[in-house]
Amino acid sequence: MSGPLLTIEDVAVELPTPRGNLRAVDHVDLSLEAGRTLGIVGESGCGKTMLSRAVLQLLPKKAKLSGRVMFDGQDLARLDSERLRQLRGRDLAVVFQDPMTSLNPVLTIGTQLMETIQEHLELDASAARARSIELLAAVGIPAPEQRLAQYPHQCSGGMRQRIAIAIALSCEPKLLIADEPTTALDVTIQAQILDLLAREQRRRHMAMIIITHDLGVVAGRADEVAVMYAGRVVERAPTPALFKRMHMPYTEALLAAIPKLDAAPHTPLPAISGRPPDPTRPLRGCSFAPRCRYATGRCHEAKPALTGAERPDHLYACFHPIRMAEGVGA
Amino acid sequence: MMQLAVPEAPLLNVDNLVVEYGLGNKTVHAVSGVSLQVARGETLGLVGESGCGKSTLGRAVLQLRRAKSGRVLFDGEDLTAMEGEALRKMRRRVQLIFQDPIASLNPRRRIGDIVAEPLVIAGVKDVAERRRRVHEVLSAVGLDPDLVAGRLPHEFSGGQCQRICIARSLVLNPEFIVCDEPVSALDVSIRAQILNLLEEMKARFGLTLLFIAHDLAVVKAVSDRVAVMYLGRLCEVGPSEQLFASPAHPYTALLLQAIPVPDPDVRPAESVAGGEPPSPIAPPSGCRFRTRCPRADQRCSAEIPELREIAPGQFAACHHPLA
Ligand SMILES: Nc1ncnc2c1ncn2[C@@H]1O[C@H](COP(=O)(O)OP(=O)(O)OP(=O)(O)O)[C@@H](O)[C@H]1O
Ligand SMILES: Nc1ncnc2c1ncn2[C@@H]1O[C@H](COP(=O)(O)OP(=O)(O)OP(=O)(O)O)[C@@H](O)[C@H]1O
Ligand code: SF4
Ligand code: SF4
Ligand SMILES: [Mg+2]
Ligand SMILES: [Mg+2]
Repeated sequence: MSGPLLTIEDVAVELPTPRGNLRAVDHVDLSLEAGRTLGIVGESGCGKTMLSRAVLQLLPKKAKLSGRVMFDGQDLARLDSERLRQLRGRDLAVVFQDPMTSLNPVLTIGTQLMETIQEHLELDASAARARSIELLAAVGIPAPEQRLAQYPHQCSGGMRQRIAIAIALSCEPKLLIADEPTTALDVTIQAQILDLLAREQRRRHMAMIIITHDLGVVAGRADEVAVMYAGRVVERAPTPALFKRMHMPYTEALLAAIPKLDAAPHTPLPAISGRPPDPTRPLRGCSFAPRCRYATGRCHEAKPALTGAERPDHLYACFHPIRMAEGVGA
Repeated sequence: MMQLAVPEAPLLNVDNLVVEYGLGNKTVHAVSGVSLQVARGETLGLVGESGCGKSTLGRAVLQLRRAKSGRVLFDGEDLTAMEGEALRKMRRRVQLIFQDPIASLNPRRRIGDIVAEPLVIAGVKDVAERRRRVHEVLSAVGLDPDLVAGRLPHEFSGGQCQRICIARSLVLNPEFIVCDEPVSALDVSIRAQILNLLEEMKARFGLTLLFIAHDLAVVKAVSDRVAVMYLGRLCEVGPSEQLFASPAHPYTALLLQAIPVPDPDVRPAESVAGGEPPSPIAPPSGCRFRTRCPRADQRCSAEIPELREIAPGQFAACHHPLA
């Protein structure tokens, strides 16, 4: 197949709130090809979840969505709810931060897995059962046959997330959206789950979107990274370029603010002062201007567009981009 | 017996502390014989995964949870033997900062009253004196007392609430603060602000800190020494740089390997030791880490490893430490 599997075109999401309209996603364009991984990074409230819910067409009822989401040649907004439901279980799967969002507490793990499989694939009960066991084994659940009879509350958080992943993978999706799949888990379990996702992705040639607030999570695992700030994508580049030759002051500041393992104790951290703007009071200029050390008058007056001046695959939204000499230093 | 890495008597000396919870007819072995020392002016970082007993240890140090056995010596006095007025007096000198800044502030009280509360409890009756102290600590944490004192917690962001909590913990001029995951709930950009603030406050008020977190990089940023905990026991303790550069305990090594590093050239270590921590209700015999340890052998299930000095100042509880 040629062309991207997913294209997000000029997608915006507005939510009415008592304080006024809240622009959760502010005209975002993204695309993703089969078999590739896109990381979406940003701090709490920057619109990562709303963007993924816009892709899944699972927004809150009162939300206003504009723009277009094309998946596998279809305009998702034009599909009826029945067709969408079919698509979501099958070609378009999702894993949330809290596995209990997708697991039903009163049904056994076996029932949940087999129901999904039978709904979307034409398999009889015994074939569905066999496939369930296979899937649980694939996601690293010990004694999978016995697990089938258990309920979610009888499993640890890490186990539940593995089960949610097994369900998401059960119908061989073309795209998996993982929204902070490991944020609630311990580091050693997090590493296991991220390895699991990467392995299954390679095996299935599946496209994946990993949403996280942790730049460390995407550094070694995404082909491309999009950094979001205040509802917008402010920088997007192949992963090595984003980390080594970022153009966006926000990306630079975010990376600098993370405590580094190789820094000496008591090294003061270059903190970003202030905090993100109130999403119901959008700024006229660049949303990062009040916190940006490179800001000039122009930054407070006008919004920089997302452009790729030097390289078409490296986009940034900044009037005064950071320029680092190619190939020098790291 | 563990040797002191510092010549002076430690401000805090935790000796073989055991803390348990009853759960139905079962026992949760939350802290099982932990000994550690914190020197005056030092920050000791305490790391370990969820449920390993970090908060329980912190709370037991402050006597918010009484230990089953063992002692907590603070400035030479045994807190575990104290009660009533003596304990209340002692508590002024030790404070706690929690992970969830918003939840730890009473939503119906004004910031000025929240920060003044420890003074009221401590019996400071002079209103002007209370106001003076509140102003002083609010300014110290970077808030404008005139702007914030009259407002309610919901008007503040998570980072600002944590500043308020820090101000409240400073108002009695304590010597020692247990910081229980003070930045875990905060965003990266705000986290750096709060970590810097804690370092500043430590220098300015001459504090000694027990800094609990599950993020090793965060812990390293502020700690002179780091203690690693697993399932109720200490695995390793040592000077931060040394411990991170050459971990002696296999669990410390595993933790370090599992951290996602924000550098695309660092390939994530494929399949860090599998498995999950066992339940603290029925911890494994011998070394508690043995069910996940690649070096485990028979001795590890038969014999509890004691903390012993592996390198100057670095102690590990392992029968087969890493070279
Ligand atoms: N149901 C809702 N109604 C109104 N506003 C909402 C709703 N859900 C989210 N928001 C707002 O929309 C904005 C984007 O939220 P979103 O959940 O997409 O952020 P996020 O990047 O996923 O953050 P986090 O890292 O905390 O998950 C935020 O300002 C948030 O407060
Ligand atoms: N009140 C309680 N009753 C019973 N068990 C408890 C209680 N509080 C804690 N525990 C258990 O004691 C153990 C240690 O808990 P603790 O909260 O000290 O861990 P922690 O290291 O602080 O974890 P986290 O990183 O999740 O905060 C856990 O198994 C926990 O479930
Ligand atoms: S446009 Fe201006 S304020 Fe915005 S990031 Fe660039 S330099 Fe900073
Ligand atoms: S004592 Fe044995 S099981 Fe425990 S950490 Fe050392 S080698 Fe591993
Ligand atoms: Mg989210
Ligand atoms: Mg805790």
